[in-house]
Amino acid sequence: MTAGSRYGVADVSRAFGPVQALRGVTLEFLPGEVLALVGENGAGKSTLMRILEGEYQPDSGTVTADGRPVTLNGTADAHALGIRVIHQEPETVAELTVAENVFIGDFRRRGGLFVDWADLERRTMDLLRQFGVENELNPRRLCRHLGPAQRQLIEIMRALKSGVRLLALDEPTSSLTEDEAQRLFAVIRRMRAEGVAVIYISHRLHEIMPLADRVAVLRDGALIDVRPIADVNERDIAQLMVGRPVESFYQTGQRAKGEVMLAVRGLTTEKVRDCSLEVRAGEVVGLGGLMGAGRTELAKGIFGFDRALAGEVRVAGRPVRLRSPADAILAGIGFAPEDRKHEALLMMRGVRENISLCVPDRISIAGFVRRSAETAIAARMVERMQVKTPSLSQLVSKLSGGNQQKVVLGRWLARQPKVLILDEPTRGIDVGAKAEIYRLIEELAEGGMAILMISSEMPELLGVTDRILVMRDRTIVGELETAGATEDDILRLAMGENLDGRRAAS
Amino acid sequence: MTEATVRGGRAGHPGPAMHFIRNTIGTQNLSLLIALILLIAIFGAIRPDAFFLGRTVTNIVLGVSILGVLAIAQTMVIVSGGLDISVGSATGLCTLVAALAIEASGSAAVGVLAALAAGAAAGCINGLIITFGRVNPVITTLGTMAAFRGLALIISDGRSIGILNQDFRWIGSGFVWFLPVPVFLMLLVAVLFFCFMRFTIPGRNVYAMGGNPVVARLAGIGLTKYRIAIYTVSGIAAGLAGVILAARTGSGQPVSGSEGLELEAITAAILGGCALAGGKGTIVGAVLAVLILGVLKTGMLLVGLQSFWQDVAKGALLVGAVMIQELRFRRSGD
Repeated sequence: MTAGSRYGVADVSRAFGPVQALRGVTLEFLPGEVLALVGENGAGKSTLMRILEGEYQPDSGTVTADGRPVTLNGTADAHALGIRVIHQEPETVAELTVAENVFIGDFRRRGGLFVDWADLERRTMDLLRQFGVENELNPRRLCRHLGPAQRQLIEIMRALKSGVRLLALDEPTSSLTEDEAQRLFAVIRRMRAEGVAVIYISHRLHEIMPLADRVAVLRDGALIDVRPIADVNERDIAQLMVGRPVESFYQTGQRAKGEVMLAVRGLTTEKVRDCSLEVRAGEVVGLGGLMGAGRTELAKGIFGFDRALAGEVRVAGRPVRLRSPADAILAGIGFAPEDRKHEALLMMRGVRENISLCVPDRISIAGFVRRSAETAIAARMVERMQVKTPSLSQLVSKLSGGNQQKVVLGRWLARQPKVLILDEPTRGIDVGAKAEIYRLIEELAEGGMAILMISSEMPELLGVTDRILVMRDRTIVGELETAGATEDDILRLAMGENLDGRRAAS
Repeated sequence: MTEATVRGGRAGHPGPAMHFIRNTIGTQNLSLLIALILLIAIFGAIRPDAFFLGRTVTNIVLGVSILGVLAIAQTMVIVSGGLDISVGSATGLCTLVAALAIEASGSAAVGVLAALAAGAAAGCINGLIITFGRVNPVITTLGTMAAFRGLALIISDGRSIGILNQDFRWIGSGFVWFLPVPVFLMLLVAVLFFCFMRFTIPGRNVYAMGGNPVVARLAGIGLTKYRIAIYTVSGIAAGLAGVILAARTGSGQPVSGSEGLELEAITAAILGGCALAGGKGTIVGAVLAVLILGVLKTGMLLVGLQSFWQDVAKGALLVGAVMIQELRFRRSGD
């Protein structure tokens, strides 16, 4: 790794049709420095990354290396210059091992024909040790078995082995637990020590404070400010991002709790075992735990997506036979999955259809869609949720993450379930939209809905919920009253009493 | 923020003509319409004497009516995220069932019903294997394609069975008003499917399950029921195609006449804008694509190209259609 090259962008602009995604951005990325890049969704962060990667060409301005302009026609050019971007969804081959994934395209041969497996493993181990992650990754393990955190590490290792000098990470912690995130930060610090220039994109301001050296704020495609991290606090950054003062995030009022709306007893599926919980009307119950603890799987069990092997689910006192999500919906349960793109939204369809998806009865007569009724419902939800969309026909794939999530929530609002399960409702969403979603959760609970919210973000769990259930090893291991609970309490439960550094199975 | 937030209707306001095209034909079907007109213009310019005769036009549409029925049903199957390769041999099987039923009962109605029932049964078998056997649809219908053909050969002993019943033959040669019965049937099927796919909740759910089965299931759509129904309907369409084929040829035939129909039906569906991954495709597109295939077939014959070239053209069209789709998809981003 030859450290010392300076990369930058000079006066870069790029438009997509009428949308000016970047306006004359000039930034320098210094070796041995972590630059946090923040901005709301649509601020231009991703476009800037695509330009660094050679995926997009700027309309004007240039990417520079050591002060000289360079032309990047595709990722191959960027890689050749030592520039790598690691996106939110790690690109790994499921059926190859860790070592194969890291060194893909760079296998050494033995006897001219055979892959030298011993060499491959040795090189992988060397790399893992160099960055202190030899306990995280087993070179022989198939990627299929790995969680997002580990697959992300593979991508980073892949970049490192090919001598990366500018590494950009786009929302790397969005699917990691606190613990996994900390390990990632250790790797990032080590890269910085090796002289790599790191760009770190995140919505989580509390993460970048201890990690970054400088912070650059984008808004509406323009660079608003670049400052040493020591000169700012979280509130300053949020204000720069949004362009107006930010009120307090969480506003848990005291709500009247009603009768038990959701009661789960001894629910066991192939993925969770013996889970019991209760959520009352007007109550927000958090579900915490480490990645792989079984939180999403429990939600899917309650929703009938995974077959129940034992146990019982009652909604408003009535037992529900759960053979499919259709049964759960009929019984009055709603579920907004974590993975909006793959589990919640019909990306090729418009806002209107995505909102009306779960209320077919209200928008049709004898099976025939009544367009006017559908439009009325969709328009009401768009209004209520403040979805920013040019029209009701807009494809949801073209909306920002925050607006997509609002469409999903709007769908369930239209349905008015008794129980709403939210899986990481603010994952990958910018600050402004986050606050709106918290406000909405609050409102729904006040209206008497029972809400079960899965979250990996501790401040969110502590800020929004009334009670917190913690899962470990596929079952619920503890319960906390939110008032008085701390992050530490949750972590202790999530990791088990024996805090010997070994991780729960994932 | 609020006024900017909610705005009904589409972004931008095109003129009424464009609006009609967008809504009824669909923007991407417009290119199919243009291709169809171009083809007619080209062949018309080469053979103006033969091509613009009323008889030629009737022959073209009559010639693709069987294919039309299958392509329309295939479109629904592909939109739902599946594929039905068995339709060609199911059609062949159904011609025989019709012939045998008529032979046994002497009634045209019994023949028609028997063929439709046989088609439904064949399709239902596909659906059951795919849902409960959890076998990939391509493999399932590839298997049943061979099985149905074998079955047809077994019950017919490999021979064709003649149909003399005049009522039944009317389906092949009669007219409803001025439309030949097969053309009428194809149009009927087209209208039914168009309304179903376009205006009903179940039709929409077919798009949803093809677009993303997990989303569809989590939204409470019963995928198993839908899949079985979809393949059953595809089988009924093969039954209807079998009836038309048997009525036109006056015989039940295990293989000839139906061989290769699945390839043409899939070609038409894809050319008509279906994405093999599912979730995308229109009935209007399928009908236009079927007409393009028909014009191409007749046109090539009229300009004197050897008929073997037709297969080359068909194959090229299938691959070409997918390529164009890919290019279009890439240009539209994401």
